[in-house]
Amino acid sequence: MLEAIGSGLSGLVAGFLHMHWSNPIMIVVGLVLLYLGIKKDIEPVLLVPIGFGCILVNIPFAGLMEKDGFLRIIYEAGILTELFPLFIFVGIGAMTDFGPLLENPKIFLLGAAGQFGIFLTLALALALGFTKLQAVSIGIIGACDGPTAIYVTSLYAPELLGAVSVAAYCYMSLVPIIQPPIMRALTTQEERVINMGSVKKSASKTTKLLFPLVVTIIGGLIAPKGLALLGTIMLGNFMKECGVVSRLTKASENEIANIVTLLLGISIGATMDGKVFLTSQTLIILVLGFFAICLDTACGILFGKLLKVVTGGKVNPLIGAAGISAYPMSARVVQKEGQKYDKKNYLLMHAMGANTGGQVGSVLAAAVMLSVLKGLGVV
Amino acid sequence: MDNWTFGLTMIIVGMGGTLLTLWILSLLMSVLKKIFPYTKEEK
Repeated sequence: MLEAIGSGLSGLVAGFLHMHWSNPIMIVVGLVLLYLGIKKDIEPVLLVPIGFGCILVNIPFAGLMEKDGFLRIIYEAGILTELFPLFIFVGIGAMTDFGPLLENPKIFLLGAAGQFGIFLTLALALALGFTKLQAVSIGIIGACDGPTAIYVTSLYAPELLGAVSVAAYCYMSLVPIIQPPIMRALTTQEERVINMGSVKKSASKTTKLLFPLVVTIIGGLIAPKGLALLGTIMLGNFMKECGVVSRLTKASENEIANIVTLLLGISIGATMDGKVFLTSQTLIILVLGFFAICLDTACGILFGKLLKVVTGGKVNPLIGAAGISAYPMSARVVQKEGQKYDKKNYLLMHAMGANTGGQVGSVLAAAVMLSVLKGLGVV
Repeated sequence: MDNWTFGLTMIIVGMGGTLLTLWILSLLMSVLKKIFPYTKEEK
């Protein structure tokens, strides 16, 4: 009898007895993510489920990420199949207005410059000893685009998914802190006060409607391996612009996006098991991710300076910093920074154009990268 | 393929490909704007 009671009690303390040293640390990491989401309002929609998932997976003996565990089922159904990021992209496309970009298509080029950090970081990761496909996944943090980073990483380096996703989402939300010092360091007072005037509405409804179709067809033909990414974001935008499927558009930007965000967040958190997450590799990935976003900003501003010269001083180089995918945060940072030097300078709509260009640019950069990998025979 | 060649190829073709694609798209958008200009009725 006493033996049976002892055995029964051992089941109740097994969780404590089998705790790996890394589990309590990761539970604290999960709590920190929850704190950042709730108290600091840093991407709460994602950090709350990620933080909670991180806590869940670090409780021993629960088996939530083992075969038939509920987190494993969600992970395999949505992350390993790459479905979750694609569903999110339909929602993003449905929410985004590419109007400011279409008013001045030249600004599209800033969306390309804002992706250079991806490729430079990839090279750096290779130099630090990561494998080719791991380096690709680390470089993609520079897309400043969570779903793109998750899509590429789950495809080529699922073992890095937790670190890459957390880096991508955290740095994306830290854009207002990361970008201003770089903007100030790379521009002169004279450049920061360049007034670009107001954005005149010049894109017709037909142009807006044709935009997603043209991007899908041309982008898809150039980089077919990334068509899933490009096609889903453009599908969402096409539904928004055609105006006849408002039920689908609303469902994409609300119900579908919300449900998938919850499942995506919790399954990313579930990849943060202390035994695999707490390594020097994770720390290096976090540093490289930071480096990637700094490089994106710097390259965007330098390209903005080039456009300023080419256009005879009509472009304010600050808007180059918005050529990343962190929408609309980055555009707001540009507006705020510009107004510090001239209260009457309204850069917001120009920056929005660059920012939406950055969204398309980040997806295209990933698509180009996937197609080049295929061409090189790496995948 | 060694890492050095791979990294350099990704930088040149990846960056170049992204820039070229977006440049083509920007040209196409400019053409579309000319073919389907914004009309006052749309206001």
